[in-house]
Amino acid sequence: MRPFSIGAGGPRSATSADNALQIYLPIADLPVNVFFILMVGIVVGFLSGMFGIGGGFLLTPLLILIGISPAVAVATVSSHITASSLSGVMAYWRRKALDLALAAMLLAGALVGTAGGVWLIALLRAAGQLDLAIGLSYLTLLGIVGTMMVVESGRAIGRARRGQPAEIRRPGSHSWFHGLPLKLRFKQSKIYVSVIPVWVIGFVIGFLGGLMGIGGGFLLVPALIYLLRVPTSVVIGTSMMVTLVTMASATILQSITNKSVDVVLALILMVGGVMGAQFGARAGLKIRSEQLRLLLGLLILAVGLRFAFDLVVRPEDLFTLQIPGGMR
Amino acid sequence: MRRGTGIAVAAALLCAPPSARAEKLVTSLSAHRVMITSNFTGVDLTLFGTIETDASSVGRTGGYGLVVTVTGPRQPTITWRKERVLGIWVNAQSRVFVEPPSYLAVLSNRPIDDMASPDVLRRLQAGLTQVQLPQRVGGDIADVNADDPFRAAFLRIKRAQGLYREQANAVTFLTPTLFRTSIPLPANVPIGEYEVDVKLFAAGTMVAQETTAFEIIKAGFEQFVATSARDYGLLYGFATMLLALFTGWLGAIIFRRD
Repeated sequence: MRPFSIGAGGPRSATSADNALQIYLPIADLPVNVFFILMVGIVVGFLSGMFGIGGGFLLTPLLILIGISPAVAVATVSSHITASSLSGVMAYWRRKALDLALAAMLLAGALVGTAGGVWLIALLRAAGQLDLAIGLSYLTLLGIVGTMMVVESGRAIGRARRGQPAEIRRPGSHSWFHGLPLKLRFKQSKIYVSVIPVWVIGFVIGFLGGLMGIGGGFLLVPALIYLLRVPTSVVIGTSMMVTLVTMASATILQSITNKSVDVVLALILMVGGVMGAQFGARAGLKIRSEQLRLLLGLLILAVGLRFAFDLVVRPEDLFTLQIPGGMR
Repeated sequence: MRRGTGIAVAAALLCAPPSARAEKLVTSLSAHRVMITSNFTGVDLTLFGTIETDASSVGRTGGYGLVVTVTGPRQPTITWRKERVLGIWVNAQSRVFVEPPSYLAVLSNRPIDDMASPDVLRRLQAGLTQVQLPQRVGGDIADVNADDPFRAAFLRIKRAQGLYREQANAVTFLTPTLFRTSIPLPANVPIGEYEVDVKLFAAGTMVAQETTAFEIIKAGFEQFVATSARDYGLLYGFATMLLALFTGWLGAIIFRRD
């Protein structure tokens, strides 16, 4: 995993440009180009606004590629996602396109999961296997989710071309978990399901968020659509609400446990992200939802393949250095 | 540092005949404190020095050899070697280096190998190949031979990071006795205490030695942020979260169209 080898590279591309644009990051302990980081924030923000995701699965690998340590990248991205998802939540709130009751139930699981993920990071760092764990989790998760989305949206686009109804919502088809107890009616989403799968989904999202520095929107959106059959109109708003609260708490938990949130880096990313997200959201409204899902699926697959490449191909340098307890 | 100097002086007494100890080194650093502020992108410190000679040192053949060794704060470091397991490359083997310097620059006016015999250089730890990097092997702590793959990898990666270097042309003699060199401190230089050790070689032995020091600290805003993150995690996290919420809210207000 070349970009994740803590020692092998150090600060690279970000250090070369004009000195006037350089700013020294107090926690990551290296100087970066302000405009470069701002651009990264804008691009990721644009995509996150367009697809209704936090963008963490793009931003975390990008930061690591720049030379920021995985621990700092994961922790800092959580605060970035907090900012970008708040502006999203506010937009969906005004349109009343979110289900607060469902979000609250998801969060009950997510907060426990986040704490678990943050704790696991500390453990993996101590064992020297954080790079590998992050690489493998990204590969697995992005590979599965990306493939599923591409296949599903491809079928949906095919159906739309042949003039069949695009909506695959079948009220009569029940999954096994519809037999579980503790059923609740979520009015806004027009679903009547047990809270147990809702908690489990929330827990998984929160756990991965803490561990991988992802908001989990790209997981939560399909989970809500395909597993809980939440209508697409409220899915993105609800997912963003969950992302907002989990990532806000992840910011605090990371600060306490791993002390690896870089506030300067976060601020530059946030400003870019918030700007980008506004334009992305408008672009997203112009594209049909199944095409949007296909694009997102392809993007997720691409990032997943990048991780696969790094894990499978023999690294240039088999050796890496690790400073126990250090940020780098 | 005291102890290090003591050992070095003892070593100097052992390997240099009394008659050759007539030179004296006088050095001066351009700064004894380097501040890391928000625009820090690395800095070069300049070291000036003169060799004071007396009657017994006149007429040396072969000229002087000068070695400036800059040692940064020590930090335990683990070197990992990846192996292929089930088709993927994972960190499989590791060696713990016990407190190696986080930064090490060996600057000289000509190749160090020419200045003295390998035995003398090893005793004085002059040069990257001679510096001791003890590893923890089981319960013991020992340095391994120079071609150990973990030791070689450690040096190679540290060099690639710009934190270890050996330059045989870095010290310039302005006159036969006045010299200068610049100590390159890259942007990723660790904070802490640095020791500068200057060794003067003549006719195969060390004839004089001088040490000085400087420190690298975070200053101003950088220091404030780093200290807050370390000592007040909860408060720091909370402040960062509020900052994020404020930024998001501000963005939504500014870009609101409806």
